[in-house]
Amino acid sequence: MKKIAKSLIVNRVAQMCQEANFVLNDDIKKALLRARKEESSEMGKNIFQQLIDNYQLAEKKKVPICQDTGYTVIFVELGEDVKVEGNLQEALFEGVKKGYKEGYLRKSIVKDPFNRENTGDNTPPVIHTEIVSGNKLKLYLMAKGGGSENMSKIKMLSPAQGQEGVIDFVVDTVRRADANPCPPVIVGVGLGGTFEKAALLSKKALLRDLDDAHSDPKTAKLEKKILNKINKLGIGPQGLGGTRTALGVKIEKYPCHIASLPAAVNINCHAARHKKAVL
Amino acid sequence: MLSGIVYTARDAAHMKLVNLIKKGQTLPFDLSGQIIYYVGPAPAKPGEIIGSAGPTTSYRMDPLTIPLLKKGLSGTIGKGKRSPKIRKAMKEYKAVYFAAVGGAAALISESITRVSTAAYPELGPEAVKKLEVKDFPAIVVNDIYGNDLYEMRKEEQYK
Repeated sequence: MKKIAKSLIVNRVAQMCQEANFVLNDDIKKALLRARKEESSEMGKNIFQQLIDNYQLAEKKKVPICQDTGYTVIFVELGEDVKVEGNLQEALFEGVKKGYKEGYLRKSIVKDPFNRENTGDNTPPVIHTEIVSGNKLKLYLMAKGGGSENMSKIKMLSPAQGQEGVIDFVVDTVRRADANPCPPVIVGVGLGGTFEKAALLSKKALLRDLDDAHSDPKTAKLEKKILNKINKLGIGPQGLGGTRTALGVKIEKYPCHIASLPAAVNINCHAARHKKAVL
Repeated sequence: MLSGIVYTARDAAHMKLVNLIKKGQTLPFDLSGQIIYYVGPAPAKPGEIIGSAGPTTSYRMDPLTIPLLKKGLSGTIGKGKRSPKIRKAMKEYKAVYFAAVGGAAALISESITRVSTAAYPELGPEAVKKLEVKDFPAIVVNDIYGNDLYEMRKEEQYK
């Protein structure tokens, strides 16, 4: 049994909240630099330049890339041979609190969908836990912006609608979202499972590296196909027209019921902020 | 590039302002000839006047915009399309809608030179702040003649 102190988790989570918001991951930086070169609209090129200047400035000054420093979503992979000294959930809550306070990050969570009173410390995070074998605690932390989250959709397709139905639904979701989710977007797609499983998979898909093609060649091909279709919509950076509407499409699949083909689309903005820690 | 005074207001502040207008009460600041920037800035770090401050999505304010236009609001800054109803109203009330680059929040905050609280400090990140800006980067999306830059984009040429 491996023991992990609560304080270690608190500090690491706090650090991840800040790093995610100040420093864009290399895969996204590379994609923005490439998109600036490849974008055919002049206005689009100019917008990419602003986004590049922005992430460089944020990293240098240690300030948030975007003022919407997100809902904190934490995927936990807890090894069976790990014993957290203290309470894991408490540690995650405290880590978020500390990270958002000390990092001068915006507190964007309200207590109740109707009374809208701010919780004041960006808690609670949304936590998804999986028990796995081994003696490691893995944390994948995402700071998820509200504007792009609002444009996400789920649909229970019929099995007969198949791959074409999925392609149409994903492309249509991005088309309807238009300029709202801060394109160029990154599109997470969850296919299969149940209603809630598909949504969860679509969020998990957003954790993948942009350069990472799906391990199943057929799914990898579908990711590419959807990306090409999206980039032909003409929406472009910030919706002002162009060839770079999305930087990537990532699909995650799961077995499903004989009656169903659940499809979820979780849209992320270009400021796709997530970090990983292994304890 | 915009220079001058803008007021910040997003969802919660809009709901409060529109409620006051409905009740016929006085607003905490004069909207006449003013610009509202849809933003909830990040907190200021020590030694700074404001944190990162990029635009939030504008459509959420659409159902709450006409009463403000009637009070003389002459411009808004955000990101994303406005509804046809608001576009028509902006033409009628001669107001302009600007888009700032969503996610370029650190960069945009560099153009903010002075900050004070104008109303609703209890709303935290959603409080109304009076900002003085210099060379604030924004693009005109809707002018007072009814043009719309998003509608004007040539999708065909990017296929």
